[in-house]
Amino acid sequence: MAKSNKPIVWGPFAAGGTLTAFLTPVLILLTLLAALGHAPDLLAYDRMHAFASHWLVKLAIVGVVFLSLWSAAHRLRITCYDLGVRADTLVATIVYAIAVAASVAAAAYLLLI
Amino acid sequence: MSERVVELEVLRYNPETDQEPHFQRYSVPCREEWVVLDALNHVKENIDPTLSYRWSCHMAVCGSCGMMINREPRLACKSFLRDYEGVIRVEPLAHFPVERDLVTVIDDFVAKLKRVKPYLIPKEPKALEDGEYRQTPAQLKRYKQFTLCINCMLCYAACPEYGLIPKFIGPAAISLAHRYNQDSRDGGREERQEEIAATEGVWECAFVGACSEVCPEHVDPAAALQQVKIKSTIDWYLEHTMPWLSK
Amino acid sequence: MAEQMSRKPYVRAIGREWLTRHPRYLRYLLRELSCLFIGGWTLMMVWGLARLAQGPEAWAAFLEALRSPASVVLQVLALAFTVYHGVTWFNLTPKALPLQLGEGFVAERAIAGAHYAVWGLLSLLVLFLAGAF
Repeated sequence: MAKSNKPIVWGPFAAGGTLTAFLTPVLILLTLLAALGHAPDLLAYDRMHAFASHWLVKLAIVGVVFLSLWSAAHRLRITCYDLGVRADTLVATIVYAIAVAASVAAAAYLLLI
Repeated sequence: MSERVVELEVLRYNPETDQEPHFQRYSVPCREEWVVLDALNHVKENIDPTLSYRWSCHMAVCGSCGMMINREPRLACKSFLRDYEGVIRVEPLAHFPVERDLVTVIDDFVAKLKRVKPYLIPKEPKALEDGEYRQTPAQLKRYKQFTLCINCMLCYAACPEYGLIPKFIGPAAISLAHRYNQDSRDGGREERQEEIAATEGVWECAFVGACSEVCPEHVDPAAALQQVKIKSTIDWYLEHTMPWLSK
Repeated sequence: MAEQMSRKPYVRAIGREWLTRHPRYLRYLLRELSCLFIGGWTLMMVWGLARLAQGPEAWAAFLEALRSPASVVLQVLALAFTVYHGVTWFNLTPKALPLQLGEGFVAERAIAGAHYAVWGLLSLLVLFLAGAF
């Protein structure tokens, strides 16, 4: 048996899981408040645009998006196998590709801001 | 001492005559303080001597009497009848082939135990004349919990990943490897990593945690596996980004 | 005279029946399914970034779309599932990262508790900085 390269995939999963545990609930609360008509000040166009203009914020947003999507993708991959979907390589390719593609898209949109 | 009649629904399988297992019902007059193993022993001694199952110590230290009791992996000697209502379904431990009745084929588990090299590989070999290996209580505490495993295989029966992926080395074997890796006298971690850091080692674990929940000795194999994952991941990134650090 | 014993081990197939063996397996599934909500919400935010880049009208339309009843329900569910993910994650962290202190270990409750405390403070900080109150 040789040591696996699974850490490539598991490392970002663990980081993303930790990040989403700490940060995502409050972020969802922000958009939920907006959904209920009490949008926090930051979500006003001017404030949001100014916030996302800073290169450090852009970097942080891409990081958060990538890690969140990657850890969700990894969990979805495992869940599919648990539920009887045997084509692990195919599922893995699809879910990780979506995570990467959406992260690249986020970066692209941020570059336009 | 009051008695109660307990209905047991036991899986039967005779490889010499059966194509498939089937259930057999026994009505067993039991004493109030009995465990499931006592009921099985009563069946074998008084009702049906052909019933086959493993057991030995009757005190939850030998690990022989693991079986599925109402679909939960349990030691039959530690499952009190007073905790059960109605018909008690007794089946062989899940995720293992059935040899006969409640006896499972455990070859896979034994082979995996051997693969992880569950013995001290000393850092520095010492001749007997050089005296003992010395270890502080703190050093002992670092791995003590993982020494408590009685190889009962309840964790393998509880683990859905082992059920789905038979190649998975599994909770007990990996915890045992971790026990030696954490031992201050041991220097064999690199050798064991070849097995437990492989794909069918720790990486098939999804941290379901069922293994730790069913463990009768509170070994907490789930904890051992996550600790191995983290150490293996740190190792991997160090090896691949700063190769000059290792060896 | 010894008889030749014929072995014919029976392999029991495993499908999805393991999910119903015990409530813990359904709880595990629930925890894993939180990924759909976390992933889904994040994808929605990426969409929001696209709208933000398209200008004020697009952004206003995005915020307006957030106010649909479906969106409210999905976000409440997402919040619930994400919190469930967080709770299970924090409770399991002490097992993955045990802290030995001399001959004992730091209590798991203390490690998990520290995570909850940081989570609470961080959440309040974010809410404050975002002008939620």
